[in-house]
Amino acid sequence: MKRLSDERAKIFFEKLTKYIGTNAKQLIDRPDGTYCFRENKNKVYYASEKLIKLAENIKPKDLVCVGTCLGKFSKTNKFKFSITALNYLAPYAQYKIWVKSSCEQQFLYGNHISKSGLGRITENTPKYQGAVVYSMSDVPLGFGVVARSTSDCKMADPLATVCFHQSDIGEYLRSEDTLFSTIM
Amino acid sequence: MDIVKNVLEKEQRDLERFKSIEVEKHIECRTDPGMLMCTDPNELDEKSLKSDKQKYLLDLTRDNVQILLNEIWELETDRVEECIVAKLPPPAYILPRSRKCPVAKQLTKWEKFAKEKGIKKTKKDKKTFDTELDKWVPTYGYKRAQAEKDKTWVLEVPKNADPMEDQFQKKLDMRSEKVAKNEVQRMKNIVRAKKVDVPRTGYLGPEAASSSELLTAATIAKSSTASVGKFQEKLTKEKVARGIGVKELIPGSKRKASHITEVPEKVHNLELINSVLSKKPKMDVDKAISVQKREAREEREANPQQKKPRKGGSKRSKKGGKIHSSKSKKPKAGGGERDFKKRAGGRKRR
Repeated sequence: MKRLSDERAKIFFEKLTKYIGTNAKQLIDRPDGTYCFRENKNKVYYASEKLIKLAENIKPKDLVCVGTCLGKFSKTNKFKFSITALNYLAPYAQYKIWVKSSCEQQFLYGNHISKSGLGRITENTPKYQGAVVYSMSDVPLGFGVVARSTSDCKMADPLATVCFHQSDIGEYLRSEDTLFSTIM
Repeated sequence: MDIVKNVLEKEQRDLERFKSIEVEKHIECRTDPGMLMCTDPNELDEKSLKSDKQKYLLDLTRDNVQILLNEIWELETDRVEECIVAKLPPPAYILPRSRKCPVAKQLTKWEKFAKEKGIKKTKKDKKTFDTELDKWVPTYGYKRAQAEKDKTWVLEVPKNADPMEDQFQKKLDMRSEKVAKNEVQRMKNIVRAKKVDVPRTGYLGPEAASSSELLTAATIAKSSTASVGKFQEKLTKEKVARGIGVKELIPGSKRKASHITEVPEKVHNLELINSVLSKKPKMDVDKAISVQKREAREEREANPQQKKPRKGGSKRSKKGGKIHSSKSKKPKAGGGERDFKKRAGGRKRR
């Protein structure tokens, strides 16, 4: 368990702000105590300082998980959010996409969202913006990257991809064995 | 009678001179006739040991040897050329090794790989039939090189090769290169087996070095300052060498960042986030374009008659201004995306 190095912290925050923008500050500046980010075996965890102090008694090699795992650093030093990060991305998301109930299952199986499945989208969403995907009843389903800006969406044909799939809650079942495993 | 008496007396004296073959011990001695060994677990009598050491030890030894000989006499005996010979059983006692156990030979890199993959060595025939030469040719060794020479008396020049290049020389070079490579690999195997530290190979030159070796060389060069490369500038997308024995060379990664710092972690993180957020361009070009497009569309939808084509003859301005007729094709903008590779169609504009 170690603090993120400056270089890695920058990569991580860049990715984080892609999804929740300035709301990223609220993850650090919390009224209910200090929360921090820790890195263990290339995975980034978000937990309260209290919990981290307790976890420091355990050898990093033996530690499976502390707090919430937000994602991991790939071998090429890029950060990737895992689905477990949805708990923190969804409430702060600036750009949202709502999926029609007919297309919900498709998304949960790991497919991109096509124009036909698009229910609503936040106004003025730029292209390649990270967005959280909701069902029409406002249940967060996952997140992805917007493939077309809001204005382009209106023009797009029904089969065109509107949002690239990145992660969805179906992963809790699909990659159950790899989601929390310590082997990377 | 006297003679008989004398003989008997002498016998008696002889018997008295020799000790009995039966030995009594507190704890029975363990014997191993195969090893001709007898171990006595009884304690030594300290009193007699102190009073007459030599005699006591001699007696004790005789007794123990007697026990061993008794054991031997119970074995199957044979008579070979006037000698009585006993057949000893195989030894039961295990002697400790005088030398250390032999270690299994370290596998070479290929042997290890083959074992993992289950590759078995297939034995090649000593001679193979060559259809070109129409005779049996040795696979290796004596007369192999001559056969090769006979076979490749002419060599084809590849299509894209330099015609002046000597193909025979090239083949020879390739061979010597292979031999050299093999030698290096053999050395590496020895190093691996003996587990000795060898210095890094260093920079092998731009042609010989692989990308990872180049990266390692760059990393080493960078960390070769008095401050172990801590203040060395970093490129924007610099890659860091990875692998065994490289990590300690990466500047700054040696030490774990302390949890207690001058600036609290929270403040430090906030600063980082602010710097990340402020890096974004003030004007979002994409957003501006989309806003403009939307406004234009709304305007169009609000007063559609303005766009209607004018009736009558088209008036051309002197400057060559264009007026689209309703029949001509509408220019396609490509959805707001400019493709610089594609040449714009239509009239050539000057």
